[in-house]
Amino acid sequence: MTIFDKFQPLAEARQQIEQNASDFLNVVMEEIISGTEATVNGRRTILAGSNNYLGLSFNSDCIDAACQAAREEGTGTTGSRMANGTFSGHVALEKELAEYFGRQSAIVFSTGYIANLAMLSTLVGPGEVILLDADCHASIYDGCRLGGAEIIRFRHNDAADLEKRLGRLENRNTHVLVVAEGLYSMLGDRAPLADIVAVKQKYGAYLMVDEAHSLGVLGENGRGLAEEAGVEEGVDFVVGTFSKSLGAIGGFCVSNHPELDLVRYASRPYVFTASSSPSIIASTRRALQILSTKPELRHRLWDNANKLYRTLQDLGFTLGPEVSPIIAARFENMQEALAFWSGLLERGVYVNMVLPPATPDGRCLLRCSVSAAHTPEQMEKICQAFTDVNDGK
Amino acid sequence: MQLNEKLFKEVTAILIPFVPPGQQITAETDMIADLGLDSLKVMKIVETVEDSFDISIPLNILPEVRTVGDFAVQIQKITGEGR
Repeated sequence: MTIFDKFQPLAEARQQIEQNASDFLNVVMEEIISGTEATVNGRRTILAGSNNYLGLSFNSDCIDAACQAAREEGTGTTGSRMANGTFSGHVALEKELAEYFGRQSAIVFSTGYIANLAMLSTLVGPGEVILLDADCHASIYDGCRLGGAEIIRFRHNDAADLEKRLGRLENRNTHVLVVAEGLYSMLGDRAPLADIVAVKQKYGAYLMVDEAHSLGVLGENGRGLAEEAGVEEGVDFVVGTFSKSLGAIGGFCVSNHPELDLVRYASRPYVFTASSSPSIIASTRRALQILSTKPELRHRLWDNANKLYRTLQDLGFTLGPEVSPIIAARFENMQEALAFWSGLLERGVYVNMVLPPATPDGRCLLRCSVSAAHTPEQMEKICQAFTDVNDGK
Repeated sequence: MQLNEKLFKEVTAILIPFVPPGQQITAETDMIADLGLDSLKVMKIVETVEDSFDISIPLNILPEVRTVGDFAVQIQKITGEGR
């Protein structure tokens, strides 16, 4: 008996996967060619599984800003935001995020995961209740667990189920925070946000929306689903990440509640983490300017999303319920999914494969995500690779 | 807490479609080891119980549930509290 015995089922699952697709657990991006291409197994490969929605990870202005900040301020802050780790760039980015979202205040975190961990574990505590959509991201579940609040799921994208559960809590005389996402990361479907806002207002609850996948993707100005649905006033807290449309790494929360600033002093994931490096803050600030002033990037992203979604639909795949930059093809059988994934990689196309229990309904997903930086030729190659593997060529 | 027999039978009836045919279910039956339930099935069962009893089951109670009897007791507590 060893401390590792409990991992035996994982070892068996890994062995099974390696028998079917030896590369799957060992993908290394050997050389990064651009925001949409890398060398994998010595082969030039189109990346159709990253979250680089606007292609800004290779934007030259962002890279210049990062390089300059590293030279002027060093490679890291080597400290917490609460100690020596608040540089002028962190403060400036918080101001710019608040302005962009039209909110009173913002907090920047070191990752998107930490943003959820920090906000959810601190805002809601013992005796209070979190009502979260069943398909919420792991970081939301983990943040809820860390805080000690009562955690109740409502059925995915079902505002009527949410209302039923809020009704059951009506006599409890406690605070309730509802949590949903703008775009859900597995199937790329939007939350019915206007309905959720109406219900939360009816019952006097608070609402947090994670716009991780929808920032830069939805809304006329890219502010996410709340903007697109016209309900920004009804969303108390918006959280998000810098690691998708902004092409870097980090997280944030914006709000009109003036007390948001107090979270800094109470949140362990905020206090006990080193702050983002100056280069990350600098590139993110530049990326935010680009995101907010270049809607053409969003238009190109949606053109690419429409193309891949229609192609896969025509090939007969079962996809998520609506077009989005996240396009997930469902497979009933893991062997079939692994073989398809390997076939795409052999043809120079990388997509993500997601296996249960990480998928919403226990099926396997080939999860593609497109970028504004994918050229028409790259989109053709991605679509052709799917067609060829599907046809057994 | 004394287990309510009627409630236990209702819970058992909900579990039957999720377990192998002919599987015996008692209060001591282990939900994972004996019934082979995975996390997805457990969440489906939770939703079915919630609809059936018109309650919300907090995720926080699940680590305390090992047997079908434990599960029934937790449901009994929640229905008693009127959640």
